[in-house]
Amino acid sequence: MIISVCVGSSCHLKGSYDVIEGFKKAIEDNCVGDKITLQASFCLGHCAEGVTAKVDDEFITGLNGDNVGQIFKERILPSVL
Amino acid sequence: MNKFDTKIQELKYEVLKELIRSVYEGDTEDIYTEIPKKIVPGPKATMRCCIYKERAILQERIRMAKGGNKKDPNVIEVIDEACDECPIGGIYVTPACRGCLNHMCYHVCPRNAITVVNNKPIIDKDKCVECGRCVQACPYNAIIHQQRPCMMSCKVKAISMNEDKKARIDFSKCIMCGACVYQCPFGAIQDKSYILDCIDLLKKSEGGTKYKVHAVIAPAIVSQFKYAAIEQVITGIKMLGFHQVTEAALGADIVLYHEAEEFKEKGVMTTSCCPSFVMFVEKNFPELRQYISSSNSPMVEAAKLIKRTDPTAKVVFIGPCTSKKMEFRMPKTEGAVDCVISFEELQAFLDARDVDVASLDGTPLDNASYYGRIFAKSCGIAQGIKAVGESMGVTDINPIAMSGIDQCRVNLLKLKMGKAAENFFEGMACDGGCINGALCLHHGMKNMIDVDKYGQSAKEKNIEGSVKLYKMSLQAEEDRNSH
Repeated sequence: MIISVCVGSSCHLKGSYDVIEGFKKAIEDNCVGDKITLQASFCLGHCAEGVTAKVDDEFITGLNGDNVGQIFKERILPSVL
Repeated sequence: MNKFDTKIQELKYEVLKELIRSVYEGDTEDIYTEIPKKIVPGPKATMRCCIYKERAILQERIRMAKGGNKKDPNVIEVIDEACDECPIGGIYVTPACRGCLNHMCYHVCPRNAITVVNNKPIIDKDKCVECGRCVQACPYNAIIHQQRPCMMSCKVKAISMNEDKKARIDFSKCIMCGACVYQCPFGAIQDKSYILDCIDLLKKSEGGTKYKVHAVIAPAIVSQFKYAAIEQVITGIKMLGFHQVTEAALGADIVLYHEAEEFKEKGVMTTSCCPSFVMFVEKNFPELRQYISSSNSPMVEAAKLIKRTDPTAKVVFIGPCTSKKMEFRMPKTEGAVDCVISFEELQAFLDARDVDVASLDGTPLDNASYYGRIFAKSCGIAQGIKAVGESMGVTDINPIAMSGIDQCRVNLLKLKMGKAAENFFEGMACDGGCINGALCLHHGMKNMIDVDKYGQSAKEKNIEGSVKLYKMSLQAEEDRNSH
């Protein structure tokens, strides 16, 4: 599975790097580093909806450093386990 | 507000604008007759001897706007029709000479080239070396140094004149800095434009469905579009069909990281962001080649980053620079950048497409750090490398900022002789750095203030975020290749 976090201007201003750190931590904590590739992406086209990540072909918007762990558990982890 | 500093820029702009319009209207058959007539309607000539000469020169400008002579490797060409065959009289005594008694001119001449007849100086051209001391000494400013502006602007002496008195550029010496392009008062030396290639890239992307076209903008852009906010310009660029606008300054952050690392090994080095500076070193100080930073330029680094995250992307760089038009085609940049256009060409593109930048909503622009953004001015890299070096535990960097080829030459000579006190040499071919680039819409030192403000407005105050992004993109690429 590939998670691409948007680092375009708009998302960057809203804290892309916090989200990336959050994903990194969640991947490590759950020992799924071999199943998930975390990468950055330039503008994903959802600039108005908060920090966006593309998980395979699905978009997750409104991410931030605080909610990324929870969202990872609910929406991403089940599909790789 | 004036969009340009000079009339020549305006003419170039008019040609580009009309050409782009006709391309979008699909009507390019008669451009060589129609565009000159539109710009010079006549019947009276306003610039040259007659409207036919004016139009003939405009035809040449259209040819340059379409990419110029493909066989000529240089990105800068002389337009013979426009070259006014300026005199090169050398040192010349004007009628303002009062025939005084002191003859300061005679006394300061180091070559005894001046004899005084009837109290007036006569200069022996065979002896005169044009040092200019008599020019400075004359209290009436009666002695002038008559030079061609192109030759005077060319600090590497690449310009001469042929038997027809037309300017000629020696490609083996030229460093493509573009000084002559901006300095020729007749606009007879011009840069080739790749705007049609850019439009082609955009058109073939079919609105971004086939692939995405990214714009990478040089940080000097912030002092250019004075009638609008930078955020509005970003919206304007996107309306032309670009998917996204990324700052070259993001690449500059990565360059800083690389150069601080490289400094640890080398101990003495020069920068490599300015392709004219690199060519200057290679052509004039081959023995110093080893010191040139092995980093890519910020433009190339930003483009590579984009392509690692989006492998089918195309990248167009927009900047103030003639030599970037050369750099992107050099083998060492590995095709990272697909096209380069100038700020002048961007302005023409926006106007040809009726994009009124000042009326648009802004799009945020923020990828790079403070340090990446101040690359646009002389001393920017020097400031950045010192701070970044210290944060990486490299404390012995002693930088010097050199801008303008004369400054570069003096300091590189010192380095060559082993007499330099500094160990990190920031080199930029244009006086004051990229904010004074040959293809800037506006030139002037006050642009420095705009760059500083733009730097300070960056969310990231250091390069940590950019470097993180860079490393991640490398990792992702590795993963992709191994799968």
